[in-house]
Amino acid sequence: MSVQRDTWVKPPFIANPVLRWAVYLGVIGYFGWVSLTMPIDWARVAAGIERAGRIFSGAFPPSFERSSLLIDGFVESLKIAILATAGGVLLSIPIAFMAARNVVPLPVFYIGRAIIIIARSFHPVIVAILFVKAVGFGPFAGVLTLIVYSVGFVAKMLAERIEEIDFGQVEALRAAGAPYLSTLFYAIFPQIMPRQIGLTIYQLDSNLRASAVIGIVGAGGIGSTLANAFGRYDYDFALAITIVIVAVILISEAVSGVIRKRIQ
Amino acid sequence: MTSIREQFGRDEWTRHTPKQKLMRYAILFGCALAIVWALGSIEVVWAWVWGAPEQIGDLFGRMYPPDPTNLGTILKVLWDTVNIATFATALAVLLSLPVAYISAQNTTPNRATLWLGRLILVTSRSVNTIIWALLFVAIFGPGIVAGIVAIMFRSIGFIGKLLGEAIEEIDTRPVEALEATGASRFKVIVYAIIPQVMPTFWAITILRWDINLRESTVLGLVGAGGIGIILQGAIDTFNWPEVATILLAIIALVILGEVISAFLRRRIL
Repeated sequence: MSVQRDTWVKPPFIANPVLRWAVYLGVIGYFGWVSLTMPIDWARVAAGIERAGRIFSGAFPPSFERSSLLIDGFVESLKIAILATAGGVLLSIPIAFMAARNVVPLPVFYIGRAIIIIARSFHPVIVAILFVKAVGFGPFAGVLTLIVYSVGFVAKMLAERIEEIDFGQVEALRAAGAPYLSTLFYAIFPQIMPRQIGLTIYQLDSNLRASAVIGIVGAGGIGSTLANAFGRYDYDFALAITIVIVAVILISEAVSGVIRKRIQ
Repeated sequence: MTSIREQFGRDEWTRHTPKQKLMRYAILFGCALAIVWALGSIEVVWAWVWGAPEQIGDLFGRMYPPDPTNLGTILKVLWDTVNIATFATALAVLLSLPVAYISAQNTTPNRATLWLGRLILVTSRSVNTIIWALLFVAIFGPGIVAGIVAIMFRSIGFIGKLLGEAIEEIDTRPVEALEATGASRFKVIVYAIIPQVMPTFWAITILRWDINLRESTVLGLVGAGGIGIILQGAIDTFNWPEVATILLAIIALVILGEVISAFLRRRIL
């Protein structure tokens, strides 16, 4: 029987008191130590407030004067996103099969997983810089970057779906003596198709978003226009671009949400 | 036994009706059209495209073997990157608590606060970390502080939105029970709402920390601290062997982050 008490006391978060206090002290120590050793130049921050005022007053009202530049940038971002999604999804299907434990031998599985881990480890901006160095400025570097980005996400999710399939259908086809490709087309593809379509739409949306960012490092699209505007201190144009980016992202989020709901 | 004809009204078994087939081909045709349009009109120097595999191969060739002479500096900056991610996540979590509270329909005091909460969430989420970083580097100057604030601004929307949704899904009976005993608003929050959203709260925090670790590796490219600064430096000076070391360090960091967050998730949830 437990100890009788007159009032109810909330059970502690970690039962062992030694461990509990060690964790608390560790966390406090970490945050205290890092905030004390962090190099903060308070004079710079103070000056920054004034600078922020200048940026904001320069940004208002947003200027839509060069809207043709804005539209061109967006259409290019859209093209980059479409091509990267098509390429990325096509490429991620074989990679997903390689990375699914239940359909391939172990060595192939490790290669597949390694490809996915490497593609996922790097932020698209880092990949974009490398591709810009390798193949030059412009939308082509953007497409390559987003293909890598799409493979990282789509192949991972698809591989997980393949690992969850009902294996009875595969066994039935194999028992009937169907060749490997037929098994693939009639037993596995129909089971992963809905997920595949959902992922593709999600990735198109996600690529459109990412293409706005990788442009900042020179990989084409609206991000390049934004970086130029920032670089030339055209804060009013930069604000206009940012507003349009936010609007387009909200619209594309809504559209892809509606499509995904209709598919399921 | 029923024949195929009786079951499906057709002589042969097919997966789709003609109408479904037509619909499928129309959608595929639409997708193909979009790809052809994008491919045909994108401004690309095709000579560069054909040369790309060779160029990329060349780049990797220059990176090999990785040069670990600056490993000490790299590890130090990597530690900065971890601090940026951890600090920003902690601050964002604190700030997003009230935002989540006012943007959940069942706890928000009134309509005005609900819309204020939603406005904060949408603004925070729809501007990318890099764009926030550009802004805060202009304000705070280059360095770790701009990075922390940029990641924090981005994370508030993410954490606030998910936490707000968790609050909307709580069981209202404990809240009603406490209110019936005459408990204060504060006590209702602490004893009826917080215990219910605690697991979700930790899950979101761990997930966001993992994401922030990745995001903070690129902040340095716009001057906001972390490993990105030396990565940019190494790329600008064409020091490819060092670039390779930095990239390997980033992979190690991200994998370590995933291992830690998987461990924490198992322990806490």
